[in-house]
Amino acid sequence: MIETRDLWVRFGPVAAVRGLSLRAEAGGWTALIGPNGAGKTSALRALAGLAAYDGEVLIDGREARRLGRREVARLVAFVPQKPETPPALTVAEYVLLGRTPHIRYLGGEGRHDRDSAAQALRRLDLESFAERPLGSLSGGELQRAVLARALAQEAPVLLLDEPTTALDLGRQQLVLELVDALRRDGLTVVTTMHDLTLAGQYAERLILLDEGSVVAEGTAADVLSAPNVAAYYGANVRVVEDEGGVFVLPVRR
Amino acid sequence: MAATAGRAEAAARVEARGVSLRAGLVAVTFLLVSLAIGLAVGPVHIGVGEIVRSALSYVPFLHVTQPLGAVDHAVLWELRAPRVALAALVGGMLAIAGASYQGVFRNPLCDPYLLGVAGGAGLGATLAIVYASAAAAGSSWTVPLCAFAGAIAAVVITYALGRSVGATQMTGALVLAGVTMATFTAAVQTFVQQQHTQQLQNVYSWLLGGFSTATWHDVAICAPYIAASSLVLVLHRRVLDVLSLGDDEASSLGIDVGRARLVIVVAATLGTAAAVSVSGLIAFVGIIVPHTIRLLCSMSYRAVVPLSLIAGAGFLVLADVVARTVLSPAELPIGVVTAFLGAPFFALVLRTSRAAR
Repeated sequence: MIETRDLWVRFGPVAAVRGLSLRAEAGGWTALIGPNGAGKTSALRALAGLAAYDGEVLIDGREARRLGRREVARLVAFVPQKPETPPALTVAEYVLLGRTPHIRYLGGEGRHDRDSAAQALRRLDLESFAERPLGSLSGGELQRAVLARALAQEAPVLLLDEPTTALDLGRQQLVLELVDALRRDGLTVVTTMHDLTLAGQYAERLILLDEGSVVAEGTAADVLSAPNVAAYYGANVRVVEDEGGVFVLPVRR
Repeated sequence: MAATAGRAEAAARVEARGVSLRAGLVAVTFLLVSLAIGLAVGPVHIGVGEIVRSALSYVPFLHVTQPLGAVDHAVLWELRAPRVALAALVGGMLAIAGASYQGVFRNPLCDPYLLGVAGGAGLGATLAIVYASAAAAGSSWTVPLCAFAGAIAAVVITYALGRSVGATQMTGALVLAGVTMATFTAAVQTFVQQQHTQQLQNVYSWLLGGFSTATWHDVAICAPYIAASSLVLVLHRRVLDVLSLGDDEASSLGIDVGRARLVIVVAATLGTAAAVSVSGLIAFVGIIVPHTIRLLCSMSYRAVVPLSLIAGAGFLVLADVVARTVLSPAELPIGVVTAFLGAPFFALVLRTSRAAR
């Protein structure tokens, strides 16, 4: 479980996030949505302890500021929008790096670490890729390797910044289904997302940010209204709702 | 049962390739052969068998008699051995420091002189050669000490300059500050040198680097620094792999990136400054050696860092053999040898890495 209370992220005089309060439960998926520059990524980085913030971030009820960096890393796994994937590292080596918070600073991996990494590879169906260098993987496979690394961290909270950028529609669904399976295993998932339809399909709670402030929050049906999308994205859309969910379709003006 | 076997098999495949047994053996053999060549080659012929027996005669309880006469003995142990030892120490240090800098700054073109070590040492040595009083100039300590002090001062200024930009763009700023520092110290150094053209020869021969005056004394000066800094860098080999994921990811994996980077940079710089102060400026070792290992063996810093230390030592011993035999009895500056081998090699690395992309 991860929670923020009156979270502010500032870059000099500019506030990127203004007083965000959210609560993401274990086994739940919260999506931060909003136009470019709304503060989604800054909020996520603050949750991961990567950006300085005012206010409180609570991980399982404990204040993140009081926890050491390593301890936060054992509780929160973060996948940036464009993860660095050194092309010559093998998938196994890369996934093993996810064990870093559990390994002494100058130590090496133990058997338990290798088992955890093997389990993460198995969970994401990457066993046959273990020996392959990252540079030889396709975009979808690479995203799975990145997820496996985050999973090997064995943190109960998983933060993903735009997990589906640069993937085709099929791969987007594949990756989101995988994340959803991890959520069902009991992880707390918080993502930022550009695609509103996908956000509505997977996350049970959406938080719409604009200029750093929360302007709408709730289920897809609550948040994804044509007036909301017009007001904050400046986009002309038709919103279709049926038993399959909420669909946000762009319509030419 | 089958599931357990499958599980064990899957777990077995999840290994980080460190230094493989084969790569380790090849590197150690290369170093030993280089050391043997370094000790055996020279105007006075001394066979490898005699060298081994002469060395063994110093081991107590073996009762091996010294096979060499007084002159050969002095040539071997007072001239060649310190020279070979110093070349090995400096070569290992430059290579491991280069590998570490490339990891910390995530830039394959970084070399150990990146943060102004070379410029600072060059300026310090030039000032010592030009301005030291006759008394101080007589001491074998003056030039290395001034070079060491110059190197450290230059890096401290570079770091302060880079830091003032703020932590977010630290690596880029540091590299730029290093370039600024190198340019500035080179300008001052050239100015001082041109003012004292009578010393041009001395300054120039120091700058080009070499081991022609190596003594056990030089080895003793730099060995503690090089040993300590190599140890720190080898211990950080896994941390360097984590840092290769970038600041954000390393930090989200629980690494204090700023502190790790500082420790690695300080260790690499101290060792490099110690090496430079006894050898002068030897180009390219810090780039050629780690890249060769990457091409031949592994990209993981777990392998690159320790193997660079061993292979760098062997490489510079061999380069020194070339430097002292090609124009014998005259000597070629070793910096010329490493650059002569290094420049074409570097072009090759660039080509292959572009082809791989």
